[in-house]
Amino acid sequence: MTAPEHDPSRSSFYIDDDFYRDLVDGFTDWQTDTAEITDPAQRDACRNLLEREARYLDDCRFDDWLGMFAPHCLYWVPASKNGGDPRHEVAVAFDDRRRLEDRVFRLTSPYAWSQQPVSRTSRLVSNVAVFGTDDPDIVMTRASFLISEFQAGDYRSWAGWYGHRLHWTGDCWEFLVKQGNLINYDQNLRNPSIIL
Amino acid sequence: MDGLITPRTSPIDGYDFDYLIQEDRVHRQIYTEEPIFKAEMNRVFGAVWVYLGHESQIPNNDDFVQTWLGQRPLVLVRDSTGKIRALYNRCTHRGSTVCRQVSGSAKAFQCPYHGWTFLNSGEIRGVPWPEGYAEDFSDSKFNLAQVPRVDSYRGFIFGTLNMDAPPLLDYLGPVAKPLAEWVDRHPGGKVSLCNANRLKLHGNWKLVYDNSADGYHVVFSHRSLLAMENRLEGADEKGMTFYKENPDSAPMYVYYFGNGHHFKDKRGNVERDKPGALWEIEGVAPGMEYFEAKLRREHPARANEFLDLAASEPMNINVFPNLHILGNHIQVVRPLSVTETDTTWWGTAVVDDDNTLDGAVDDINAIRMRTQEGFPNFGEVDDLMNFEQIQVGLQAEEDEWAYTHRGLGLPDRYSVDEAGTIKGPATDEVFLREYFKEYRRLMTTEPDIQIARDI
Repeated sequence: MTAPEHDPSRSSFYIDDDFYRDLVDGFTDWQTDTAEITDPAQRDACRNLLEREARYLDDCRFDDWLGMFAPHCLYWVPASKNGGDPRHEVAVAFDDRRRLEDRVFRLTSPYAWSQQPVSRTSRLVSNVAVFGTDDPDIVMTRASFLISEFQAGDYRSWAGWYGHRLHWTGDCWEFLVKQGNLINYDQNLRNPSIIL
Repeated sequence: MDGLITPRTSPIDGYDFDYLIQEDRVHRQIYTEEPIFKAEMNRVFGAVWVYLGHESQIPNNDDFVQTWLGQRPLVLVRDSTGKIRALYNRCTHRGSTVCRQVSGSAKAFQCPYHGWTFLNSGEIRGVPWPEGYAEDFSDSKFNLAQVPRVDSYRGFIFGTLNMDAPPLLDYLGPVAKPLAEWVDRHPGGKVSLCNANRLKLHGNWKLVYDNSADGYHVVFSHRSLLAMENRLEGADEKGMTFYKENPDSAPMYVYYFGNGHHFKDKRGNVERDKPGALWEIEGVAPGMEYFEAKLRREHPARANEFLDLAASEPMNINVFPNLHILGNHIQVVRPLSVTETDTTWWGTAVVDDDNTLDGAVDDINAIRMRTQEGFPNFGEVDDLMNFEQIQVGLQAEEDEWAYTHRGLGLPDRYSVDEAGTIKGPATDEVFLREYFKEYRRLMTTEPDIQIARDI
């Protein structure tokens, strides 16, 4: 029996048992020295991608940002160290394609009071390292981030590291998973409404 | 300052609570004044039963978790004999915290400063080089202080410092019933905490309590969430859509129970005896279609029942002063200062110790984690901004009042049952007026605050 085609913007069949298992496995013990890809061209391509992502988010180009993701994607901000197991833990954010589009829809609404006025952000992405996986078309990156946020006279910052799981489509790299690990993932967060 | 009166027993100079809390309005100063906040930490948080934690956080003997009673740092423990205690996280020697880990398991706590060691019963175990002291340490005055009265109801652990407080069940009164109903829809009549969505606001803690049974703000404060939930066709009956029409003509009500507790019951909007009714109104969540199809395939006779466990019941149960049940969340409020508050939305998981769910518990929880992440992400952040902006607005000193009079003076608006519970329409502010009367009583009453050291 072949699975019916489902539009991931409308329904969520792809967040299934295999997805969760591969996610937890894929984000466990992946930053090994032996898996690191030191080829400068590969690292530069990934760094370029992450810097473009930061630029899109700083400029509130959310549709362009969404376009960097694969259709069956995940945006994940864990509330547990190194991610934990999202099957039985809540996360700060765990957005599939539909919920990510919900998030962007809400952020661009004039009635999202947590973003009135809209936050201004400046993101630094650095310390990019690239790691290979068993699949030659999939690599993972680790990068540090520091987001300065200014809103209504208030200046605050978010720090941590990103884990991106990237897929080579034949044309370009697309995000399968973006994991944002806050250094204060287990603390109470004030107005965590921007996209990290 | 005559120096003779301790802060705990001093009157709150300059504040007349009969003036500050009126029938139809409250004064801005109860949200803005540092002396009032400091008094609340004793006269409210020191006087009533305060929620400290959940039994599932300390399931085994020797388990502990840090918690707070107002601003008092505590370690909630299940000691080596199984007794639940709320120890002060404060070395009797020089005052340092003895436990620096958020949670874990330990038979004893050793102060990192000078090495004084205490059993998890609070009893002092020993001090380094005791020959340097003229007295031995058999006197209980060297044991860790602990909350003298700790009790549980249906997994919720409360403590009070006030020897005059009634027994916990009497304090809860009628709010015990919806609490029990909320727990009892789960197998074995229990849930387990499973990490939290943790939020912080620059605003007074009462702004959270004021909002917790407020049916008036929903379509305005949560306008972006309602639009988001309805952006896809076919979503008309999902989420919070029963607020679309005038909420006062829908079968949902606000209740005031006494002792500051209140309750918003929206369950009248669903057919409670129909399996699957809760699931039908649940908003969308990652993986819901896959896991629904799986449960229907593998458990055709019980799938609706299981899916209802992944969904939440539309009810807000508010236990004064710091515990809120909203949907499947256990929200705990921690006052940090007069203008800063943490609100921690603990997620809850279904547990199935007796395997009454035919092995479906993991699939149920895989949906339930995702349904719980929706509101903190897309709803609560907007409320918190509005609370923060109240705090900004209330800085205007000469504009003194915030109004609480919605419904006041209208005929045939309320009913009162034999237990004294007041019932009104969903957007009514009767719960505010009534809880503030209790707050005024507390703020003008001196509690008999005690700590225990005898084991």
